[in-house]
Formats: sequence, structure tokens, C-alpha cells
Amino acid sequence: MTAYIIRRLLYALPILIGVNALTFVLFFVVNSPDDMARMHLGSKRVTDAAIQSWKQDHGYDRPLLVNTAQQGAAVFTDTILFEKSIRLFLFDFGQSDSGRDIGHDISQRMWPSLAIAVPTLLIGLAVNITFALLLAFFRATYLDFWGVVLCVAMMSISGLFYIIGGQFLVGKVLNLVPISGYDTGVNAWKFIVLPMIVGVVGGIGSGTRWYRTLFLEEVHRDYVRSARAKGVSEHLVLFRHVLRNALIPILTGVVVVLPLLFIGSLLTESFFGIPGLGSYTIDAINSQDFAIVRAMVFLGAVLYILGLLLTDISYTIADPRVRLD
Amino acid sequence: MARNLTQRFPAFKVSRSRRSRFGWTLVLAVLVTLTGCTEQAWNDPYRAGESAKAVFYSSFSERPKHLDPARSYSSNEWAFISQVYEPPLQYHFLRRPYSLVPLTAADMPQIRYYAHDGSELNDQAPAADVAYTDYILRIQPGIRYQPHPALAVNTDGSPAYWPLSAGQTLRVNTLADFPLTGTRELVAADYIYQIKRLAFTANHSPVAGLMAGHIRGFADFAAESKAAYEQLVAKTGETRPWLDLRTIDMAGVEEIDRYTYRIRIEKKYPQFVFWLAMNFFAPMPWEAERFYQQPGLDEKNVNLHWYPIGTGPFMLTENNPNLRMVLVRNPNFHGERYPSDGPQDAREEGLLDDAGRPMPFIDRAVYSLENEAIPRWNKFLQGYYDNSGIGSDSFDQAVQFGSSGEASLTESMIEKGIRLSTAIETSVFYTGFNMLDPVVGGDSERARLLRQAIAIAMDFEEFISIFQNGRGEVAQSPLPPGIFGYRDGEQGVNPITHEWLNGVARRRGIEQAQQLLEKAGYAGGRDPQSGGPLILYYDTPAAGPDSKATLQWYRKQLAKLGIELVIRATDYNRFQDKMLTGTAQIFSWGWNADYPDPENFFFLLYGPNAKVESKGENAANFSNAEFDELFVRMKDLPNGEERQAVIDRMVGILREESPWLFGFFPKAFSLHHAWYKNAKPHLMANNTLKYKRVDGPVRAAAQQAWNRPVLWPVGLLLGLLVVSLIPAIRGFRARERSRAL
Repeated sequence: MTAYIIRRLLYALPILIGVNALTFVLFFVVNSPDDMARMHLGSKRVTDAAIQSWKQDHGYDRPLLVNTAQQGAAVFTDTILFEKSIRLFLFDFGQSDSGRDIGHDISQRMWPSLAIAVPTLLIGLAVNITFALLLAFFRATYLDFWGVVLCVAMMSISGLFYIIGGQFLVGKVLNLVPISGYDTGVNAWKFIVLPMIVGVVGGIGSGTRWYRTLFLEEVHRDYVRSARAKGVSEHLVLFRHVLRNALIPILTGVVVVLPLLFIGSLLTESFFGIPGLGSYTIDAINSQDFAIVRAMVFLGAVLYILGLLLTDISYTIADPRVRLD
Repeated sequence: MARNLTQRFPAFKVSRSRRSRFGWTLVLAVLVTLTGCTEQAWNDPYRAGESAKAVFYSSFSERPKHLDPARSYSSNEWAFISQVYEPPLQYHFLRRPYSLVPLTAADMPQIRYYAHDGSELNDQAPAADVAYTDYILRIQPGIRYQPHPALAVNTDGSPAYWPLSAGQTLRVNTLADFPLTGTRELVAADYIYQIKRLAFTANHSPVAGLMAGHIRGFADFAAESKAAYEQLVAKTGETRPWLDLRTIDMAGVEEIDRYTYRIRIEKKYPQFVFWLAMNFFAPMPWEAERFYQQPGLDEKNVNLHWYPIGTGPFMLTENNPNLRMVLVRNPNFHGERYPSDGPQDAREEGLLDDAGRPMPFIDRAVYSLENEAIPRWNKFLQGYYDNSGIGSDSFDQAVQFGSSGEASLTESMIEKGIRLSTAIETSVFYTGFNMLDPVVGGDSERARLLRQAIAIAMDFEEFISIFQNGRGEVAQSPLPPGIFGYRDGEQGVNPITHEWLNGVARRRGIEQAQQLLEKAGYAGGRDPQSGGPLILYYDTPAAGPDSKATLQWYRKQLAKLGIELVIRATDYNRFQDKMLTGTAQIFSWGWNADYPDPENFFFLLYGPNAKVESKGENAANFSNAEFDELFVRMKDLPNGEERQAVIDRMVGILREESPWLFGFFPKAFSLHHAWYKNAKPHLMANNTLKYKRVDGPVRAAAQQAWNRPVLWPVGLLLGLLVVSLIPAIRGFRARERSRAL
């Protein structure tokens, strides 16, 4: 398995280089360094000299991809692409274009993201699996039928509706928790409850339907028929046999998102005023802060690759028959 | 397993029962605590007991990027640093029109004019005779800086935190990690140091270019300090070494004595006095820059962009722009009293109730980050923010218009004791023609008539009604109310677009615009060359779905003349490029005044400021020799009849030439709760937090009354869940007994 992991990590390198290059190209197709300078210097009284000075200070006065003024390797290394990208591979995110330490920002902002995302994932998983098992248990009945209808209806509603509706109902009408905001330490709990409820409720429709499908697929397998033939009760069939055998696709969906929990949710964090990495990314896009955008895309790619690797490893734990060679 | 255990060990059963009782007791205790034992509302976003104190609660939606007074130039940043930094002058809180008064200065600056031969001139000397002007500023002695580690000293008088070792820097994450703080007296040299910081290119001050044209020796200092800095970087190998700007002289600034300094301005620039009320000219202790420039601190965001140091009434103690910003009363504040003089309406509104009382009135100000308008509005209604703007989504909920067009609050707002403040902003939102464009630009009669026709057709009264919820005033010239030169009533009417009828300015009928169009050679809006409709282009960065209605409105206005308006929507960067290269045709733009002087509006149309030619703020690239000449004359004149006459002529030229459709002056609507006092809007000053007073106990009581938790729906939901469990369990049992499917 060690060889497999090393191989997968090596595969990741060209992917990360590709992601980095693609981010670079996409960003600079839309924004030139002059645009970035204007954005950071403000809209009033910006002179050419100020733009040039800003670019020089932030290392954007070099050519983007190829420096024809240089010779040898410097043709490629003395460019914005190289200068701004190579340190990422050492996880040195440097400073944002507005002068802030990105690594410090990430280390501060990942905790609020995790504080929302982890309980939402765990409770959502428990709720969705429970409902899915219930529907699978009552399959081909009115309860199953209307349950699926409800799930489809819940899936069709925009996530924004859950957020605004949740804030209105729980925060404003019932006055149970703050509408938005955040606090540090133990005082954070009252700000986490509502986004968590919204996240769980908003995910019930799709989650339950997906797990129900997995369970129903398993329910018709031979081993289930054998278990029933042996007289095992229906709930034991579901909880002991079906659930365990449906774990691999569940793991695929869950483990892959585990590292991405750090990244947070753009919409939820923005509406609930959670100072996480989701709102950090959206702010950077709005303010054309390439340094942060580049760092967050890179981090997202790394975490996604890590998630896929963890998924593979988790297969071996969930199903001993699986071997990673 | 549990059944086996309880059968085998009865004590285990007892233990479970006890545990169950303990669990219920715990749940009850939590519920009792949450419902009754605390006075804090459940949905209170702040910590218990804070609401009744002298704390001001507000929000911010945009993360401040720079808190360095040399760099910061946006209102969301000035909202914070203006409470911390103190320039020598400030605006009087109550007087209108806006007027300057001393802040840290002992009195208003002495202004002395000198001729080319060095002889002193009198105040009335023509601008052409003035070679340079001296502004002599004397600050009050005894003013001290806020407690700050940069000013901390050891018992032997050496700086406590300079130089820092690498090990010390490693342990630092925020400014609070430095336990020692110190202070010192504010001196004239601190103001000089800051002016030098404006010139120092590494600070990227947005006003450096402007000041280089006014302050003597500014540009030379910039070049000299840049060269010295580059040498220092090469010598030390550090990325951001500290260059002691005191070692380089700037010809135009001089310390006369410990509390007096002089700024020498080239020629005559009467508007310079307004700059002395801006944060750019606030003092900076050199020790602060030396402290912050130490290696390793900037990488941890311990720098002037994060942690300001000033003499103002407040100091920034928490800078977490991702969550909240907290200002706390500066214990070293020199003291200032609430103004005792003001207009009669201020007295009637109770704005002089605190006259003569020492400020600030609040101990702490908490600004929470709110990215979205809906939660911000709801929290204001719950009493958790003391003031609020009004978004378009919530406008109808808050404001209603009477039969004569006056704005008032709705019943629901009045019931809560909410107050409304309105003020015409010192801003203008205009639609411009690119005067370099061959169709709409230039000074040909044909183009002029076309612009005038469009100026009539573009019904900004309708625009304000539809898109601004009535929050605006149609502009008849570039000058908004409150700025010298503005005329209202019949005198202020733009005769090209409006006529004065029955005491009201009415937009001219569309038939008059059609006549002008016909004279221009575009009868019925047809282009004689193509025979088809005249096609014009509107360039805009507003490409999103939200802008669709607005863009459609623009098309509709020109369609009234038979002209086809093609929308060229693009992103902001491309739009900027078009403006810089002069390829846009018709565009919309806005300007928010730096200071209350007509020069700050007319310079937007001054020829030498043309965007294409000189990258200036004249986005329309308008150039008119007479206007330019009048502008040069007007900017140096004192307010008076002569200046008014020049302004009237300038406005006349602009109306005739119509490089702008003057658009409208936005009207600011803001709401505040009854417990929030002295809430007079001031559109020029940003340092107004010190005037504000909050009645904490009233607020706490209101929050309690408005936010009682409603528990019965939760109970109902739980009840329904329990009831639904019964058929579910029955179904489960029946299912268990049935044959497998």
C-alpha cells in the first residue's frame, strides 16, 4: 500500500502543476497586472507611476509566461508564473496582494469553517442514513413513495432559500439563536447551531435519496435473500448486512469531502457572517487578489487529491477484499 | 448485550435509571438557564451584559484593506481610522454648509502668500502673483498618543521592543503579544514625518501624485528617498528595511518649534486647507514605523495596515476584519467637548443637548462583519445594531412617501421608536459622453444638439423613482447642494433640459428633444448615412442580471427619440481599459467629493485632467478653452460674488455643451434606534463616533422585549414527532411480521 500511496502522490504533482497553470491563465485572461494594481490602489487619483510602483513592489512587473529579455532558464523563471507558483509547492503561500500573510489567514479561518462543516457532515450523515434506511425498510409503501416525493421537493429548493428561511424562522420569528455572526471558543456554539441545522436540513433531500438508492441496490442482493431465508429479522438485515455492504459507496462520498471541509462553504459563510475560508475565497475573487485565489485553488486541489487518496485507503478498511497495489 | 447485562447484574439497571434521571436534570437545568435565569435574549449575538453598557454596535460589509493613513482612501477604511488618527483640522459637527475648525491645531492655520521675489502678499493678491503659500500650523501641547508597544521604553529609556530578536519575533502573532505599552507627546515633527511618508513611494499613497504638484520639494523627496531605500535594501538584504525619513529633508515642510510646523505650497491652492482635515495629514510617530518595519512582523500582519497608532478618542483593540473590529476609548485622549454652537434646527432636534460635555460618550464600538443585507437588516430590527442604512429589499418595509413626496417611516418602524435621517450626499452620479467620439463628442453643432436632445430625453426623475426608491435629487449642474456655487429654485434650473413651471422644475417635453435631433440632422432618430436608426453605444461594467432593468431603461429613453442604444456590457477591467483608451461612447460614472468645494467637482471636466490624454479624472475628456480658463480662475477665488459669477458661467458652458447628463445627487437614508443620540449625518467628516451617545439600559430593555424566545413551535414539532412515532413503530412491527418482499 505504501508504494501505491507514493505513486498516487507522484501522480498528484503534474495535476497540481496543471491546476496552477490553469488558474494562472484563467485569472490573467480576465485581469492584467495593471487591473490588479488599479483595484488595489482604489478608483480615485491613481497615477501611472503609482501603478508601476505597485506592480514592482508586488512582483507583477515581470512578463507573465516568457521573459525574452533574459537568457537561459531565466527566460522561464524570471516570470510571474514561476515566481508566484513555485513557492506554493512548498506550501509557502506568501502574502496577499493587499499585504496580508495568507498562511496566517488560512490558519485562522479554517477553524470557523471546520466548526460548521464537521458537525454538519456528521449529523447530516446520521440523519440521512437513518431516513434512507427507514425508507428502504418501508420500501414500496406509501411512506416510501411520499418520502421520495418529499426528498425530491427538498432537493429542488435552492440552498439560499434554506439559509434565508432558516434565519427568518429560527433567528427572527422564534428568536432562538442569533441570525448571523460568530464568536471564538465556547461562545461559538450559538452561532453554529443555525448554519448546522440549515446545512443538515438542506442536505436531507439529496442525501436520503442517494443513500436509499444504495440501500435498495443492496437489498436485492443474494446475501440479503440468504439472510432472510435464515430467518433474520428485517431490521437486522438492514442494519447489520445492508448498511455494512453499502459502506463503500457511502465512504466514497464522505471521505472525499473530508479534507475539503477546511475550505468551507461560500454561501453559508457569507450569509451567516462566518469568518471561514469560504468567505475568504469569495472576498479574494471580488477584490482580484490573485495571491489568495491562487493559494486557495492550489489548496483545494491538494485537499481534493488527498481526499481521493483517503477514499482509496478507506476501501481497504471497509472491505478487506480490496487491495491497493 | 444490555439485556444480558441487566439480567446478570441488576445494579446496572439501577445505574441506567440514575443516569437517565441525571440526563433529564441536566436538560432541565440547561433549559431553565436558557429561558429564565439569564437576562440575555437567546438570539443576542453579543456576550451577556454588554447591551446595557455604553457600547455602540454597528456593522461593516467590506473588509478594510489598509488602515495606514498614508494609504487608506476609502470610506469603509476611514470609518475606523478617523476615530484613531487626528489631522490638525476637522469639520464642525453641526454647522452647514460644512466648515473647518481646529482639531489638534491650537487654531486655524496661518496662510501667508509670497511673491516671486519673496515678499509677502496680502490675502487678496491675484493668484498669478503668488509664487508660493505657507501654511503655518501650531498644535496644542500636551496631546499624547494611545498606549502602544512602539512607544514602550525600558527603565533606562531605551525602546522596549526595538530591535527585536528573531526569537522574540517568532513568539509574536498580534500586537497584544507585546505586554508593555508606552506613550509620548504629540509634536510637530510627527506631522512632518507623515507628509514625508506620503511622498515615500513604497507607501503607495494615492495622493502622492497630487501633492507632488503642490507641496514644494515633494517630488524631489520622493526620488531621493526611493534611491536611499534601494541602497538600504541592497545593503541590508532585508525586504522591507526601515528608512528613517527624518534624515532626508523635504524643502516644503519645516519644523518651526516643537509644536509648530510649516507647509510650503507652490503658487496658490486654497483647497489645500481641506486636505489638512483628512487622515493623510494625520501625525505618525517615527517610532511606530521603526517598530513595524522590523523583520518578521509584517509577515504576521503586525504592521500599520492592521494596527493604527493615533491620538484620537478611540484606539483599535481588535482588528479581525473577517469577524469584527473593536474600538475602545483611548485612555490618553486629550479631551474634547461637544460643540456648543449650531444652527437652530440642531437645537430643536436635541442635537445640542450634550453641548459642552466631554467626549467621547461611548466606551467601546463594536463593528461586526455582515456580508449580506438581509441578516444585517433583521439584526437592526432586533435591536442588535444601533443604526442601519436601508437596502432596496427593505425600503418599502421602512419608508413611505406622502402625497407631496416627503419621506416618512412606516408604522412598524415608528412603533419601534426608529428614527429616519436623510441628507443629500456630496456626490454626483452622471452619464457622460466621450467627447473624443466622432458621433457624440467634439464641439460641432451637430454633436452638441444630439447631446442636448439626449439630455432632455434621459428622464432621471423616472430613474430616481424606479431604481433609487425616490432617494435622489435630479442634478441641474455638477454641483450638489451644500457646495458653494450650487443654486436652487428657478436660478438653478438647467434651461436645456428643464423649464420652471408653477414653482417647480419640469423636464422639457420629448418633442423639444426631437426638434433638437432634427436640427442635428437626425430627424426621427434616423442616421442620414445609413438610413436606419441612429445607433449609439452605452458602455458599462454592469453585466449581471441585476442590471438588466437599468440597461433596459437606458435603451427605452433613447428609443423615445428613435435612437437605438446598443449596450456594450463588459467586466470592470475592460471598462476601465475602454475609458483609458477613449473607445467608450456613452457611460455612467460617479464622484464622491473629497472636500466641500466646487473645485472638487469642476476638475472632473477640466481639460488637462482628461482621462485619455493624462489619465486624470475627466472621464468625458471634455475640453473647452473658456471653461478651463474659468476653472483656473475659480479655484483660487475665495467664496463670494465673484466666484459665484464665475461658477454660473462655468455651469452655463457645461449645460450648453452637455458633456454630461448631470444625472442625480443620491440622497442618503439612514435609520437609528431611539437610544442612539446625536445621529446627525455628516457627509464630509468621518470622525463622528466621538459625538455619538448610546442609552444602554434603554437598548437592553428593548432587546429583551423584542426578542423573547418563542418555544411553542418547537414543542409542537417535537410533539408531532412523538405522535408520528406511534404509527411508525406499528408499521415497523407489522413489517417485521410480514413476508419479505
